[in-house]
Amino acid sequence: MTTSPQNRGVSLGMPQLPAPDFPAEVRARLETDAREVVARYPDSRSALLPLLHLCQSEEGHVSKTGIRFCAETLGLTTAEVTAVATFYTMYRRRPSGDYQVGVCTNTLCAVMGGDAIFEELKEHLGVGNNETTADGKVTLEHIECNAACDYAPVVMVNWEFFDNQTPESAKAMVDDLLAGREVAPTRGAPLCTYKETARILAGFPDERAGAVEATGGGGPASLIGLRIARGESPHTPIVHPRGETRTEGGE
Amino acid sequence: MSVSTELSKNGTSPEKLLAPVLSAFWDESASWTLETYRRHEGYEGLRKALAMTPDEVIAYVKDSGLRGRGGAGFPTGMKWQFIPQGDGKPHYLVVNADESEPGTCKDIPLLFANPHSLIEGMIIACYAIRSEHAFIYLRGEVVPVLRRLHEAVREAYEAGYLGKDIDGTGRNLDITVHAGAGAYICGEETALLDSLEGRRGQPRLRPPFPAVEGLYACPTVVNNVESIASVPAILNKGKDWFKSMGTEKSPGFTLYSLSGHVAGPGQYEAPLGITLRQLLDMSGGMRPGHRLKFWTPGGSSTPMFTDEHLDVPLDYEGVGAAGSMLGTKALQCFDETTCVVRAVTRWTEFYAHESCGKCTPCREGTYWLVQLLRDIEAGKGVMSDLDKLNDIADNINGKSFCALGDGAASPIFSSLRYFREEYEQHITGKGCPFDPRKSTLWADTEVNA
Repeated sequence: MTTSPQNRGVSLGMPQLPAPDFPAEVRARLETDAREVVARYPDSRSALLPLLHLCQSEEGHVSKTGIRFCAETLGLTTAEVTAVATFYTMYRRRPSGDYQVGVCTNTLCAVMGGDAIFEELKEHLGVGNNETTADGKVTLEHIECNAACDYAPVVMVNWEFFDNQTPESAKAMVDDLLAGREVAPTRGAPLCTYKETARILAGFPDERAGAVEATGGGGPASLIGLRIARGESPHTPIVHPRGETRTEGGE
Repeated sequence: MSVSTELSKNGTSPEKLLAPVLSAFWDESASWTLETYRRHEGYEGLRKALAMTPDEVIAYVKDSGLRGRGGAGFPTGMKWQFIPQGDGKPHYLVVNADESEPGTCKDIPLLFANPHSLIEGMIIACYAIRSEHAFIYLRGEVVPVLRRLHEAVREAYEAGYLGKDIDGTGRNLDITVHAGAGAYICGEETALLDSLEGRRGQPRLRPPFPAVEGLYACPTVVNNVESIASVPAILNKGKDWFKSMGTEKSPGFTLYSLSGHVAGPGQYEAPLGITLRQLLDMSGGMRPGHRLKFWTPGGSSTPMFTDEHLDVPLDYEGVGAAGSMLGTKALQCFDETTCVVRAVTRWTEFYAHESCGKCTPCREGTYWLVQLLRDIEAGKGVMSDLDKLNDIADNINGKSFCALGDGAASPIFSSLRYFREEYEQHITGKGCPFDPRKSTLWADTEVNA
């Protein structure tokens, strides 16, 4: 598919040259990290997923150079690494934004407003699914269920939780990202860039002060059962009829 | 008037119905730290486990009746017992933290607020099955949880719970936190093992089962987060305490996740066997002015229920007898503003996207289901499409390589069973009769987030 422009359409084109290597100093740095990753596993191939995250921490996506690096590190062929890299949705195949904004459009979030949020963000940012704003800041995509249904509709930015979103809150948030302001999620740490996030995913703990502690213990919805069990219910209990709320709001 | 006095007239006092154990201190400001965990009897279960022999620990967990919380409900102690001992091979524990089933949202808040319950449970499990290396396979898309797991593991090493020659006993244990990269199929235990070995996450043929040839072809236990995190409390407070909750065949406490058009979405830790009616009663019911239309007992892969099923006991047997599965106890509730065709179409698109492509019934079947459903939703369907949907689902269900295919068929069968007229309406009316704006969180001003 990636034949030169003159050959476009000739799908049986020339074999491609091997991808270039990383510059020597980058390669040396990545090799140090890679040794640490490989050492975590009894079998080196297990390090492949974290190493692909590590490549994204360098380049923001998995390039042919990154694939070559993984293959050489683990004694695999580039075909074997490519097969894995293309299987998983978190590996980006082309340069993308500093902030990956993912709107959950799986059924529950979609119904609760995720579809509307996604549509409005597309219009607001002037990009489609999996496209990046011209300044390279924000990549928009729709994502699948992210295990936060009790906070629906959910938007993830660089895989931090933005709970109970509306089109307005989501638009204000991406405006902040575009303007370079610091943005903090409802659950998780203040946003770092996509590359910095990828390094955490490669298994290197977030060294920023306060990152682990940020936003405290359980989020509000996570605590609701606990609060009710202690007799601190925020809601009026229903006595009858059940399943439908004839009772008015309780405050 | 307090909740308890109001509801006790009905014999449904929430204090009696709920049983926060894992979630008991999630509201503390530093709930995830070792210090907080120890203040709440953390690592006491481990102390008691280490006073037993490994085989005694396995027998104890088996006797407690703990069943897997990842969906299938297989007895946890029995999984441990299947590991051959004295075989000279390394044994592995792999925790399945790839929580991705639509609607399921219990392990992620558990790990965010109380990661040490998992770490302690893993140490106990590894002692029992004689494993010196355990893995947490966490889905990659939850970085806040990854941070806390990194920190909890670091703390556990520092405190001497993990490492080499622990407490001079000669026991070794390492825990590796491994982040996935976005693939629902990796929640399937053999696909997870392939993924952890650095391959595409595709399920393996069984037998051999992971207990015999799992990770690196060595005996491996794969357990859900909540299953393992429940073990320390069982050891600490006793199997009789555990069995005093729930039912005979489904003992103990568990996390129920209420979501959707309800007044109080969130986590409710309760003995197994509570009903959706009880959970809705204590939490304010559906959002004001609306009524329950359909719901899933355990995620989108479990056949949906309607308001007829409000009193089904939410345990393995009760939900099974009513024609569905307890699954992950992900109670997604949709009210009368929701189009069931839209909901099922979206779930089916999910299964088609996440089908790993290994087997034909699932790969091709989910693709064709999506084509038919999109047409029906857009008012371009014909009546014979409905039987075709059923036929295709029937050719996926039970004929696929793994349970993803069965899960994809569930919403089709169950929605056609309960809401066939609604599908027909889309066909005869040449379009969707619902206004999606009415289903949103912000549709009603009085909506309670």
